[in-house]
Amino acid sequence: MEIPGDRRYTTEHEWLRAEGAEAVIGITEYAQDELGDVVFVQLPSIGSRVSAGAAFGEIESVKTVSELFAPAGGEVIAVNEVLTEHPELVNDSPYDTGWMVRIRLDDPAAVNSLLDAGAYRTTLPPGS
Amino acid sequence: MNAAQQVGAEDFGARLSFDRSEPGRRAVDVPRFTGRETDLPDVRLLRDSLRLPEMSQPGLVRYYTALSLRNYGIDSGTYPLGSCTMKYNPKVNEAIASMPGLAEAHPLAPAEDVQGTLRTLFELQAALCAITGMAGVSLAPAAGAHGELAGILMVKRALDERGDLATRRRVLVPDSAHGTNPATAAMAGFTVTQIPSAPDGSMDHEVLYRELDETVAAVMVTEPNTLGLWERDIEQVAQHVHAAGAYLYGDGANLNAVLGRVRFGDLGFDVIHLNLHKSFSTPHGGGGPGAGPVLCAPGLAPYLPAPVVEEPDGAFVLTRPDRSIGQMQQFHGNVGVLLRAYAYIRALGLDGLRAVSEHAVLNANYLRALTRDHFDLPYGGPVLHEVVYSGIRQRREHGIRTYDIAKRLIDYGFHPPTVYFPLIVEEALMIEPTETESRESIEALAAALVAIAGEAASNPEALHDAPVSSPIGRLDETAAARHPVLRWTP
Repeated sequence: MEIPGDRRYTTEHEWLRAEGAEAVIGITEYAQDELGDVVFVQLPSIGSRVSAGAAFGEIESVKTVSELFAPAGGEVIAVNEVLTEHPELVNDSPYDTGWMVRIRLDDPAAVNSLLDAGAYRTTLPPGS
Repeated sequence: MNAAQQVGAEDFGARLSFDRSEPGRRAVDVPRFTGRETDLPDVRLLRDSLRLPEMSQPGLVRYYTALSLRNYGIDSGTYPLGSCTMKYNPKVNEAIASMPGLAEAHPLAPAEDVQGTLRTLFELQAALCAITGMAGVSLAPAAGAHGELAGILMVKRALDERGDLATRRRVLVPDSAHGTNPATAAMAGFTVTQIPSAPDGSMDHEVLYRELDETVAAVMVTEPNTLGLWERDIEQVAQHVHAAGAYLYGDGANLNAVLGRVRFGDLGFDVIHLNLHKSFSTPHGGGGPGAGPVLCAPGLAPYLPAPVVEEPDGAFVLTRPDRSIGQMQQFHGNVGVLLRAYAYIRALGLDGLRAVSEHAVLNANYLRALTRDHFDLPYGGPVLHEVVYSGIRQRREHGIRTYDIAKRLIDYGFHPPTVYFPLIVEEALMIEPTETESRESIEALAAALVAIAGEAASNPEALHDAPVSSPIGRLDETAAARHPVLRWTP
């Protein structure tokens, strides 16, 4: 299962890719596979604040609804509007076009405390 | 495919009665109007047209008959939905509820004209109190979640009257709960704290007792829980909840496992709801109507929703408890459903109800024993009324999801079970056979599950394509959820 090395992860299966003082957030390949076909993604509004470990939105698949947890705190500066019409991008391209929000990090250094790709892989069940 | 199914398949292009409409056709002749004509009301209040399907009577009957032949219900075969208690509904219930004196009673009739109906409801109240060991009851809530909401609103009112509502804002709910529990708490204005399950399937008491403080309004427990397991040491839990000044709510959805054997009142529950459409054999599926009576300990009885039936001096009357939370809906609840449950209880008696739980538990464990080598059982051990499997082995080894297994069961002639619930079990497959399935049907269901487990290994494509024998194949649920078409348009 693909776990890109250019970003950080949480045990809740979100990824965060830092770009200087900003970061892009989405869910992992494993998360989308566990959820099944995604039918709806509810994202925060631009300008709202997210805090590390707290829910920032909801994702609904054919079998369940889950909360989305922010890997780091900050102000939402962009959301992936395309997901409103095309939630399937989360399944098709979780690391790229299926991204969810872009935030301005409160503390860019805090990103270093998140899991790297290798550490995240060890949290997944064997064989995934 | 039999002839009946061919009718449905042949007409698949004409899915709605509107699609079969022909101008000028009528199913009945409307009598010619012979009264005095008056002017129309203000035309701005009128719709400019009302489209109705125009069909002949035989065309209409054939249309509905074709639809009914595509249906699958408990009268067609085994319907093993977990946590839904899809038991057979004895036809005597229908006969009783259809008696004209009961069926035709008007909700606004004066009490003295409907003494028979009120007496029946009064006796049902007494029977439900006796079965559950609770002191007070209102039959008014129309479904399980409605009863839950009534119960938590009663707790809220009681806390308000004792001056605790401002501080007690939390409701604790185990992670194995039905989704209606946290939804109820949230709808009543509380915040929800989730209590994780321990490895044995009961909620984690260490976490529960740590969370129990002066900010907690209630703890909501499903007993037995959605894993088909008894929540252990529930009396001790009740003591802790009461010592913390909170209320213990009981979700009675799984009463079928312990009917006639365990009483919620004896365990220390303060308020519970029952699902008459589950445990007491009134028809359900397809969204209703149900009945979700709320029952309570003496201290909460003044808050019960109106109406309740009382017999103050030889006559039955509908009353409103002193400090009632009000009415949960108009009139008196789903009386037709209540009558069916009453008929069921009177037909079985206490010995019969005990036999219900005995056979329900026996059937679930027999099914479990016949299938346990073929699926993972995350919580091991014997169960009560239902078995929760995990399809994780089929998924890891063969790429088969529980969803595929459920759809394949249709090809074997069974209604699919509950899937992906409880949420704490990966690839959950939840089966509640109920007491009304015979030994042969349990064995046939087990044989189908074992055969499907075999197909997962030998012929996984068959499972991906299932169902292949039903009038309609696998529906694209994803497209339906992403792009729902909610309204028919010509």
